[in-house]
Amino acid sequence: MKKTLIKNGRLIDPSQGIDGAFDLLISGDKIAQVAPQGRTSAADAEIIDAKGMVVSPGFIDMHTHLREPGFEYKETIASGTAAAVSGGFTSVCCMANTDPVNDNASVTDYINRKAHDSGFCRVYPIGAVTKGLKGEELASIAELKTSGCVAISDDGNTLQDGNMMRLALSYAKGFDLPVITHSMDKSLSENGHMNESFMSTKLGIKGIPNAAEDIMIARDIMLAELTGAHVHVAHLSTRQGIRLVKEAKQRGIKVTCEVTPHHFTLTDASLSDYNTNFKMSPPLRSADDVRAIKEALSEKNIFDAIATDHAPHGIIDKEIEFDKAASGIIGLETALPLALALVRDGVLGLDEMIRLFTMGPAGVLGLSGGTLKEGAAADITIFDPDHAWVLDRRRIVSKSKNSPFIDMPLKGRAIKTIVSGKLVFDAMRGQTGVHS
Amino acid sequence: MNLDRKDMLGIEDLSRKEIEIILETANKFAEVTNRPIKKVPTLRGKTVICLFFENSTRTRTSFEIAGKRLSADVVNVSAQASSVKKGETLLDTAKNLQAMHPDIIVCRHSSAGACHVLARYLKNTSIINAGDGAHEHPSQALLDMMTVMQVKKKVDGLKVAIVGDITHSRVARSNIYCFQKMGASVAVVGPPSMLPCSIKDMGVDVYYNLKEGLKGADIVMMLRIQQERISHSPFPTLREYSRHYGLNNETISTLKKDVLIMHPGPVNRGVEIDPDIADGPYSLILSQVTNGVAVRMALLYLFSGVKTLDI
Repeated sequence: MKKTLIKNGRLIDPSQGIDGAFDLLISGDKIAQVAPQGRTSAADAEIIDAKGMVVSPGFIDMHTHLREPGFEYKETIASGTAAAVSGGFTSVCCMANTDPVNDNASVTDYINRKAHDSGFCRVYPIGAVTKGLKGEELASIAELKTSGCVAISDDGNTLQDGNMMRLALSYAKGFDLPVITHSMDKSLSENGHMNESFMSTKLGIKGIPNAAEDIMIARDIMLAELTGAHVHVAHLSTRQGIRLVKEAKQRGIKVTCEVTPHHFTLTDASLSDYNTNFKMSPPLRSADDVRAIKEALSEKNIFDAIATDHAPHGIIDKEIEFDKAASGIIGLETALPLALALVRDGVLGLDEMIRLFTMGPAGVLGLSGGTLKEGAAADITIFDPDHAWVLDRRRIVSKSKNSPFIDMPLKGRAIKTIVSGKLVFDAMRGQTGVHS
Repeated sequence: MNLDRKDMLGIEDLSRKEIEIILETANKFAEVTNRPIKKVPTLRGKTVICLFFENSTRTRTSFEIAGKRLSADVVNVSAQASSVKKGETLLDTAKNLQAMHPDIIVCRHSSAGACHVLARYLKNTSIINAGDGAHEHPSQALLDMMTVMQVKKKVDGLKVAIVGDITHSRVARSNIYCFQKMGASVAVVGPPSMLPCSIKDMGVDVYYNLKEGLKGADIVMMLRIQQERISHSPFPTLREYSRHYGLNNETISTLKKDVLIMHPGPVNRGVEIDPDIADGPYSLILSQVTNGVAVRMALLYLFSGVKTLDI
């Protein structure tokens, strides 16, 4: 069996409480041994010298739009997973808003097959809550689970009907599936295209008040309590939303949540010249909301995951009028440097950042990854936290280029990404082969 | 005399000096408008495209007449008749127009920021914003300023009250910037459901009561109720709105004797303004329209790249 020894790195694995000079031995597709530096002997092993690098469990992105099937001009499973591994991710969870919608096993099977044939990393599909994301009838939730879906979500087509949401939660609970919510009261956010603030007043664009998000978070927490089901709040962006989730957690309600790098990095002040690469849903919020997110990250145990909400869009979706443009940005290739900026600013420790990229999302979704325990699958991210670079539009791996971080100086990047013991990305060489 | 900028996207970007240059130029052109032969050769050989994605009578006609009086070749493109209906994007339309080498595109669009999109991608053409969504309508504010200055001579220290649907009004935004930059203080008046988030941060005084808001005003600007832009009406009935926020003779009697009444038009007679007042002695509404041509001549000249003022 092929052996690889990763040595001389700083190994951080929050799932085992390890942070230090440890070597890691891979045997085949599994982790064989983690031991203090120099204590691992494997004469026949290929050596990866990780001097100056951090060796971490492979990152998991629990909120990705891969766009296939249906929107291959924006992204494919091949291009999206290539972007993922170049950003240090070894697993992505893809949202159901494809065409056709992933609301039954045939679509899930298609995604799994494509991921197997052309994917550079693991792909965990997320199924729809309702048929066609229409909010009217439940999707075939049990069937989705059996085919490999790890959660269900109607994402941006937020379920507005409270009773429908209650039914979905009750039913999903029986199959042990979390329901991921894009919390937004559409009656309040309708026709809105950015955060409601002085900036929206200046720009003459209808705003989306924080209350539109907070009201839905509150509803879904109440319904999680009522049903005993697990609600996961996606891309939480508001101060009051954070407070609601924190209180719910303290009361023992099964609620988890994630934050995106763009929501902790940018504010609505960036919108001053109508650049649609700053148009997101939920929208970029105020400086006070960003402060609240950072406080919550420092406090720990409020956020369970950093998730990218990687949302590729083509120029026909983005290089148009602001109020007609699609929401969302690509995020897989910039998540790590943006999170490392928080570490450098002292908002959170490196071990906590890694937890939010690994065991955090694994825990939310019940995945076996996110750890470097002996016997676990050898999914590993090796990154250089100090590598300085600039995001060059021409070198973006994702098929779409809708990033607000183009030409911005960044610090930190994945150097090697390993999935199932196989090197799938090497910064010196690019993507090095599909994982399966 | 020239402005050192490629595009005219909004009053917010302009300095007081630039506003003054535009107004001085407009005053020179106003004289042309009174000649028996209303045409000068200033922009001969220049091409101006009026690209209107939204209906407009006054603004489009005003820009067209302005261009023609300056001897520019003016082409009108209205979205209804163009490829837009066939699914062409704003940018494709604009790039195709640019390939015909116009010197200026005057654009009106229902989306805020549409002119910014054009300005960003069309490197060789000046864009003049003729109204973009609820963002800005700079030529309207400039012609309002020109009209006020003809009567008041000096704007420093004046008090301006803008009444009505501030949330959806690009005229309000442009006028707030313009009057403030020229030294006036601005109050906005309307029901809270028609005032946008944090409007106070624009440096205006905010009133929910008409009489209080108009106290001491030198200029009162009544905005049109834009029913076509509103999905959930922010007031119960036009009758109720008119009673509390409409300008009638009774309210007028409490105002300064030399108060000026303005309206960007088109007027909903009997709603925001009493029919008598729209035609009355205080009203500058038609002067506004006349000055509109002179201001737009000034804008076309200043953004044409022509350096000599040949009138």
